[in-house]
Amino acid sequence: MNFKIFGAAVFVLATLLFNPGWAEEAPEVDRTSTGGAQTLEDIMARQAQMEVDETFRSENLGDPANAAPISDELGTLGGRSDADAWRGIRYNELDPSTQVRGPAVDVLIQDGGMSWYQLREGPVIAYGGGAILGFVLLLVVFYFVRGKIRIDGGPSGTKIERFKAIERFGHWLLAGSFVALALTGLITLMGRSFLIPVIGLEAFSTLAVGAKWIHNNISWAFMLGLVLTFCMWVVHNIPNKLDWQWLKAGGGIFTKSHPSAKKFNAGQKIVFWTVMILGFSVSLSGLSLLFPFQMPMFADTFGFMNSILGTNFPTALAPHEEMQLSNIWHSVVAFLMMVAIIAHIYIGTVGMEGAYDAMGNGQVDLEWARQHHDLWVDEVQAKQGKGESS
Amino acid sequence: MKVMVSAFVAALVIAFLAPVVLDQFGWSSAEQYSSESVRLD
Repeated sequence: MNFKIFGAAVFVLATLLFNPGWAEEAPEVDRTSTGGAQTLEDIMARQAQMEVDETFRSENLGDPANAAPISDELGTLGGRSDADAWRGIRYNELDPSTQVRGPAVDVLIQDGGMSWYQLREGPVIAYGGGAILGFVLLLVVFYFVRGKIRIDGGPSGTKIERFKAIERFGHWLLAGSFVALALTGLITLMGRSFLIPVIGLEAFSTLAVGAKWIHNNISWAFMLGLVLTFCMWVVHNIPNKLDWQWLKAGGGIFTKSHPSAKKFNAGQKIVFWTVMILGFSVSLSGLSLLFPFQMPMFADTFGFMNSILGTNFPTALAPHEEMQLSNIWHSVVAFLMMVAIIAHIYIGTVGMEGAYDAMGNGQVDLEWARQHHDLWVDEVQAKQGKGESS
Repeated sequence: MKVMVSAFVAALVIAFLAPVVLDQFGWSSAEQYSSESVRLD
C-alpha cells in the first residue's frame, strides 16, 4: 500500500518536472516580402504565445557608416531612419542625451521587462511552487513508509547539553527570519496569481506592502544569523572521511543502524553548506535588489565568466536588466533553500524522536546523542572528565 | 524556548532599526530620487 502511494508521488513529481512551462519556438519566417521587417506570421506566432526570435529587428538599427550626406533627406539622422531610431530606443541600443540627472535616466524603454515578467509568472512559479508541494508530498509519503525515527530502547532520562544558548540564538535568528522571508517572498511572487482572486485587490495591496516591508528589513536579521551560525559551526562542518562512512550507511535511515558521527553528521553538514552557499547567494542578489544602482551584480559576474569560460554573456546591462536577472536568481535560489529547509524542519521535528530538544532547550537525551553523535558524546565526556566545559 | 523567542524578537528589532539606520547613511528612497532643494522633509 505504501509503495502505491510512493509510486503516485513519483508520478506527480515527474508530471510537474516534464510539463512544458515555457513557450515553444516559432518556425523560421521568410521576410523577403517585407524587406526584412515584421510579417503577419511573426504577429500570429506571438499571439499563439510562441517565442519569436527578435534579432531581425533588434539588430536592424541602421548603420551610421552608411550615413547619407547632410544635404540628403536622412543626413541629420546619421544613417538611421526614424524606424531605426525607434527600434534602437525600444531595444535600449540607442545612446540618448538627456539633461535629467539620476540613475538609469538614459534608458527610455526596457524591452526585457515582458520576458522577465513571463518567466517570473510562468516557469518560476510553476516549477518553484511545484517543487515545494512535491517535496512536502514526498516527505509525507516518506513519513508513512519509514515512520518516526525512534530512540532505540527508549530515552535514558539523562540529559546532555547539545547546543549553548548563543548557538540556539543564532539558529533561531536565522530560522525565524528565513521563515518570514520565505512567506513574504511567496506572497510577493505568487500573490498576484493566487491571492488577488481570493481576497481582492484592496486587501492584497495592504498585504503586499506589509510583505515588502518585512522582506526588505528582516533580511538584515537573516544575514546576521547567517554570519553568526557560520562563525560558530564552520569548524564542525569541515568534511572528513567519517562523512563518507555515514553516507554509505545512508545515515542509518533505512538500515536502522547508527553510523558514527561527531557534533554534526554528513547529512547535517550537507544542510549547513547548502544553507551557507545558497544563503550567501540569496543575500547577494537581495542586496543587489535593495540597492540596484549601487550594487549591480550580473554584469561583473558575466564578465568574469566570459574571461574564464570564454562564454559570450552580455556585460553592458541596464539597471533594469540587472534587477530582472537578480530577481529571477533570487527566486530560484530561494526555492532551492526552501526545499532544503523543509527537509531540515521535517527531520528536526516530526521525523526524529528527540531531535527538536537540541534546538528547543539545548538538552538532548544521552541515549539519543549516543545513537546519532557517539563520537561527539565521547569528546564531551572526555572534556568533562578533565574538568573542562563542553 | 526563551532563546527562540528572544531571537525572534531580535529579528523584529533589527527589522525596525534597519530603515532608520539606512536613512542615517543616506540610503533612503527620497535621497536616491530627489535633490535636497525639492525635498519636503
